[in-house]
Amino acid sequence: MMPELGKYASEVMSAYAVSLLLLAALLVVTLWRGRAARRALEETEAEAGRRG
Amino acid sequence: MSLWQYANPVKFLALSARVQPALWALAAVFTGVGLLWGFFGTPDDARQGSTVKIIYLHVPAALMAINAWFMMLVASLIWLIRRHHVSALAAKAAAPVGLVMTLIALVTGAIWGQPMWGTWWAWDPRLTSFLILFLFYLGYIALWQAVEDPDTAADLTSVLCLVGSVFAVLSRYAVQFWNQGLHQGTSIPVATGNRSVADVFFYPLVMAMLGFGLLFLALVVYRTGTEIRLRRTSALRARMNRGA
Repeated sequence: MMPELGKYASEVMSAYAVSLLLLAALLVVTLWRGRAARRALEETEAEAGRRG
Repeated sequence: MSLWQYANPVKFLALSARVQPALWALAAVFTGVGLLWGFFGTPDDARQGSTVKIIYLHVPAALMAINAWFMMLVASLIWLIRRHHVSALAAKAAAPVGLVMTLIALVTGAIWGQPMWGTWWAWDPRLTSFLILFLFYLGYIALWQAVEDPDTAADLTSVLCLVGSVFAVLSRYAVQFWNQGLHQGTSIPVATGNRSVADVFFYPLVMAMLGFGLLFLALVVYRTGTEIRLRRTSALRARMNRGA
């Protein structure tokens, strides 16, 4: 299944590893920050509602 | 119905909630198929060997690095001219995505360049303008963080975006402006259609490019929603503090 990468295997694999790692980190940070912002807004709106 | 109605944050959030599932699904499918097809389903190049597989990361990332800045430019101009907050927040939301795309393009270019050119880095026009673009992304993000008042931050970052656009243009056309350096010319010139990439590499590359484009779009729409919520939260808190 794994393609034969020959003498450049380390270059190809490291390019894919670094890129996918960076994309995964971007996705995780984006989703984590988005959820935190959603939660903070809900809590603030609820607090504002209680205060009238 | 006008496009400007989506400058209203509530309408933008409603629209983004509707389009996001499809956007994320399409981004996952196109990126996944493009990268898997390119990695597992394409042969080695006669001259470059298996390093040609790096093209499926390097070219889409470089394309989005430049186009992200152009998207930020349009959003910044809309902010400067029409003062729509959503456009300023969309530019802010796009910057980290563009930064990561630029970093991927620089890193994969260096990894690809070492075996092909014999060096990780050269002060070649395209490489240098890309490095400067990367620094502009960092500066743009830092400026948003450094200025407390959001409207002033939007003004200053918009001006920085206009200046940085020179390097975004240079990043794209440097190989045509200066016929020198190690980096090859455009492999897929849209204007002439005379591409130098064989079909076997071209089709998975197009899939990966579409995938990265859709991924960028999905990330920016989601992140813009986050910025709108953060802005709304701080506005509500400020109002409550004034009333307390």
